[in-house]
Amino acid sequence: MSNTGLVWCFGNDIDTDILAPGRFMSSKLEVLASHCLEALDPLFASNVKPGDILIAGKNFGVGSSREQAAQALKYLGIKAVIAKSFAGIFYRNAINLGLPVLIGNASDVVQSGNRANLKIETGLLELIEEAKIIKCEPMPKFLLKLIEAGGLVPHLEKRFAKEKIIQ
Amino acid sequence: MGQTLAQKIISKACSKDYVTPGEIEVAKIDLAMIHDSGGPRRVKPILDHLGVGVWSSKKIVVVSDHYVPEFDSETKAIQKLTRDWVKSNNIQAFYDQMGICHVVVPENGHLKPGMFVVGGDSHSPTGGAFGAYMFGIGATEMAGVLATGEIWIKVPETIKIDWSGQLNEFVTAKDMMLYTCGRLGMDGGKYQAVEYTGSAISSLSMQERMTVSNMTAELGGQAGLIKPDITTKRYLENVGITNIETEFWESDEDADFLDSFSFNANDLVPQIAAPHSPANSRNITEEEKIAVDVAYIGACTGAKMSDLRMAANILKGKELASGVRLLVAPASKKDQNLAKDEGIMKVFEDAGATILPNSCGICAGYGSERLDADVICVSSTARNFQGRMGALSSGVYLGSPYTVAASAITGCITDPRHFIEGKYE
Repeated sequence: MSNTGLVWCFGNDIDTDILAPGRFMSSKLEVLASHCLEALDPLFASNVKPGDILIAGKNFGVGSSREQAAQALKYLGIKAVIAKSFAGIFYRNAINLGLPVLIGNASDVVQSGNRANLKIETGLLELIEEAKIIKCEPMPKFLLKLIEAGGLVPHLEKRFAKEKIIQ
Repeated sequence: MGQTLAQKIISKACSKDYVTPGEIEVAKIDLAMIHDSGGPRRVKPILDHLGVGVWSSKKIVVVSDHYVPEFDSETKAIQKLTRDWVKSNNIQAFYDQMGICHVVVPENGHLKPGMFVVGGDSHSPTGGAFGAYMFGIGATEMAGVLATGEIWIKVPETIKIDWSGQLNEFVTAKDMMLYTCGRLGMDGGKYQAVEYTGSAISSLSMQERMTVSNMTAELGGQAGLIKPDITTKRYLENVGITNIETEFWESDEDADFLDSFSFNANDLVPQIAAPHSPANSRNITEEEKIAVDVAYIGACTGAKMSDLRMAANILKGKELASGVRLLVAPASKKDQNLAKDEGIMKVFEDAGATILPNSCGICAGYGSERLDADVICVSSTARNFQGRMGALSSGVYLGSPYTVAASAITGCITDPRHFIEGKYE
């Protein structure tokens, strides 16, 4: 799995209320997603393009268990999130939804608008114009398998299909 | 090698004698708790898509507490969907608008020491106060749990937080956790298990312990455990659970901890966390005199019976500062009824408070009440992220129920110790 896109940089402790504001939680995903990160960058949702990569500091996704935080990013086309560290529930939610999440110190080096290529399996992030490579921690195999399946639901589809055959 | 309390519970859930921190294991679920926001409306489409039902209707508890009370077509539809789903899945344990899940589930006797529990809400570590390994997950993962009855878990290390000494008057579990968040940061828990020990922890009432475990979420821990003891036993007996074995459910003396922190409760003073992070906490003496518009006693963190008692203790016979709104949303119907019997609800009414429904309310930014632009709020809740409780320009200061009540009377952030008998006029 490899992906090329523009990079969006954010700081530390990006919380789930910034990613998925509570006042839009009863709305449809497209409405909720249009307010994703607006507290920090009002133009993010309208300017982000499919294939882009989000890079942040420590404790990304801190706060609520609402998986719409990860879902909104995926809906807007973000292909992976690289952060110095993740809040636990967000990390699990992202994987379950098939959104790759990698631990790496990219936020110190990368700037918003850089073009980059990310190889998910190896965790190598290449800044194309700068000809620089940043090594992120590869995801554990168990979790990479879930990502490769497309998330928990496709993984369960296979499991239940198998169980039905056995029965 | 001995095991920590977290390891012991996870070993049992994995049907093993020993589990090793860092390894990924698949564990069986003893109980799954869901609410109206992340629950039926989100898991039903996934279960339908997979063509499977729930693994065990007896091991599921449903609590409607987020979109409560229903007030428009969207929230009405959510409540109807929740009720229909509960009925069609034959789930007996359904608490429809009875209060907030983290309070309602234990008060109805669903939690016991040694249980391995998931909740569809980030404050699920609250269950750790009962010696249960309880943690929050998202809706897709919950759908997986409901379909299979199991979940993968990376066996956690345990971080020990020890509180020696005893809390002083007007200093609370909430102050302990704001202080801990300030010292260790919102990622201090490293998504590992946190275990709270020491004389100041074992002296806490069950609901105060729940506040400690609850705010493990703000500390970034996966679970926040307190070993069960006589206080746990008494609470559980009161909700109809007897024959509880507490002796086994504690960390072995030779268990290995990732880290240990020691704090002394004797030295702790009331804490206040400034916008926009619970880790932005400091001694209240540094923040006094900041004017507030709204004082909020609410949420699983800050509106249980013990919290309502604290607030009423300060408010009794006093009036609100002119222009300040005091909003009180008791965490459960049961606690509100108890508060009524004790005359506490009357104290709030006499002081001029507005009583709100038993729900997550403003804390989660749901419902019809929200903070308007530029409003400054002092709140007994757990989170003060920017925009969480309303407008992006609003600001929330987090403190104990004592602090919120004291601030409501003076109109600015106030150290509740000024209200020690006879001091405040």
